[in-house]
Amino acid sequence: MYGMTDIHNKPRRGTDGTGSAVSVRGLVKHYGETKALDGVDLDVREGTVLGVLGPNGAGKTTLVRCLSTLITPDSGTAVVAGYDVVRQPRQLRRVIGLTGQYASVDEKLSGYDNLYMIGRLLDLTRKESRSRADALLERFSLTEAAKRPARTYSGGMRRRLDLAASMIGSPAVLYLDEPTTGLDPRTRNEVWEEVKRMVREDGVTVLLTTQYMEEAEQLASELTVIDRGRVVAGGGIGELKAKVGGRTLRIRPADPAQLRPTAAALDEAGLTGLATTTVDTDAGTVLVPILSDEQLTAVVGTLTARGITLADIATELPSLDEVFLSLTGHRASTPDTATTTTTETTEYEGAAA
Amino acid sequence: MSATAVKAPPSAPAPQPTKDQADARIGLRGHIRHTGALVRRNLLWIKQDAESMFDAVLMPIIFTLLFVYVFGGSVGQALGGGRDEYIQYVIPGLMAMMGMNMAMGVGTGFNQDFQTGVMDRFRSLPIGRSSVMLAKIVVELLRMLIATTILLVVALIIGFSVESVLGLLAAVGLAMVFGIALMWIFLTMGVVMKSAQAIQGMGFLVLMPLQFGSSIFAPTQSMPGWLQAFTDYNPLSSLADAARGLMNGGQPVAHDVWVTLGWSVALTLVMAPIAIHKFRTKT
Repeated sequence: MYGMTDIHNKPRRGTDGTGSAVSVRGLVKHYGETKALDGVDLDVREGTVLGVLGPNGAGKTTLVRCLSTLITPDSGTAVVAGYDVVRQPRQLRRVIGLTGQYASVDEKLSGYDNLYMIGRLLDLTRKESRSRADALLERFSLTEAAKRPARTYSGGMRRRLDLAASMIGSPAVLYLDEPTTGLDPRTRNEVWEEVKRMVREDGVTVLLTTQYMEEAEQLASELTVIDRGRVVAGGGIGELKAKVGGRTLRIRPADPAQLRPTAAALDEAGLTGLATTTVDTDAGTVLVPILSDEQLTAVVGTLTARGITLADIATELPSLDEVFLSLTGHRASTPDTATTTTTETTEYEGAAA
Repeated sequence: MSATAVKAPPSAPAPQPTKDQADARIGLRGHIRHTGALVRRNLLWIKQDAESMFDAVLMPIIFTLLFVYVFGGSVGQALGGGRDEYIQYVIPGLMAMMGMNMAMGVGTGFNQDFQTGVMDRFRSLPIGRSSVMLAKIVVELLRMLIATTILLVVALIIGFSVESVLGLLAAVGLAMVFGIALMWIFLTMGVVMKSAQAIQGMGFLVLMPLQFGSSIFAPTQSMPGWLQAFTDYNPLSSLADAARGLMNGGQPVAHDVWVTLGWSVALTLVMAPIAIHKFRTKT
């Protein structure tokens, strides 16, 4: 996808011979009755980005916290860059970077002081820490703001500083835990660009958790969908997109009575990819998963031939809910998902595309 | 319902670590380096936020003036002298108290680190968990030294006389040793309790009776028997009496010094492992 194979000639760190930088088997973490992780298996191939997609409370953050030694799993094994998460936590901490909704920088310290401190904590010499901090500030376009306390930074600058902080030790594996949650679309694109660059230029392996299909699509080559602590689907992005339908066409017939006939017409014409149409009576729309522009044209042609007048037509990327619906046959488990995952329209493609 | 393509079936063999089996140890130099970097961080905080030094700077001034001029006359009379007599009495006691109030600050500061997520960053770095706590203690001791210095300057201005410089240094040292022991309690609270406010509230609730139910501010002879029974075993009385003996001379201090040291060692031995364990296992 996005230069996943274009890793220059960087020596790869953390190979285990099988090409997996992260290997997880049967990982379990229960909090009382809550099964945060209920036997998770996954692999991240070296130098690639694995997207872990799931709603709030699916266990994404627990997974990242287990893999970064912040919590100890109840059972199961996880090997990251050749080190066992439970038995070799100190070694492991040397080769990972963590950025996310929870792990962050010290707001009272300047950007420079944050990076310098982390350098020292990673056993770089004073001189190395200084030059590494300066280099990363430069790279993440923070030189101007280097001396200001981090609390004065904008959201985007904060995330860039977070990323810089996790890169101080040149980690082999980087965990990004919902890196763009709460960011506006423009800033989100900025962060995506930086992540792509880190994969491309530093050859870092990334495990990304996200609630957004679009984010997974932008950054990941493979995807693992989790729900209630279990893996419910996994595979290449293209493969899953084919199942989910890539994009969704939202059609609003001028006459609400035409809703079902519209859906039926499209199903009959076999124009719905691998899935079927969904009728959203409340919104007065029909949702059609589509895979190509030709298909879009064909849909319009079919409806015109049937004499159905359209009031509105729009393409959307599937929301997390829709992904879940098509992959698992049930809705994402948390009731508040509908409000936290807004449907993302193609309107913002940004610099990334 | 589409088929789920779970990549690795549960039957797949558990991955084995490929790097050397033993986990790395952090050497003493590493610990010192890490603690140093974190001390620097906490000092930068103070530079950023000078108001956080208000307690260390103002408390000794306000408490000294308050106690000496409000109670000094009458308690001094009871001691068989006047205000001057009370100054000699209360200043060593206030010095003992500084350690307590500073110790509370270490807990609230530590707690705030958990709220902001910077602690997760630290915990994902290859450093000893104890370094994070030691750095807090070092900085808090520095604040305590500043508070003690200010207290002594104010005391000298209003007429306190130091009988023995060596004794004074010994008293400061003793107060710090006891302060460190208390800090472990507050560090534990910093890990366990939900908010900095809760720690502060709880701290006051425990500290107030301990401080006033001791020989810090007034001799205990005139207190009722049941209270005396408490004050006699209150380590703060021992610390205050020891500091008083060391600074003013003229009374045997060995017993109080040993009792204070005993309390300090016992508290540290019990609380430090608990604090580190709670920190390590915090989720």
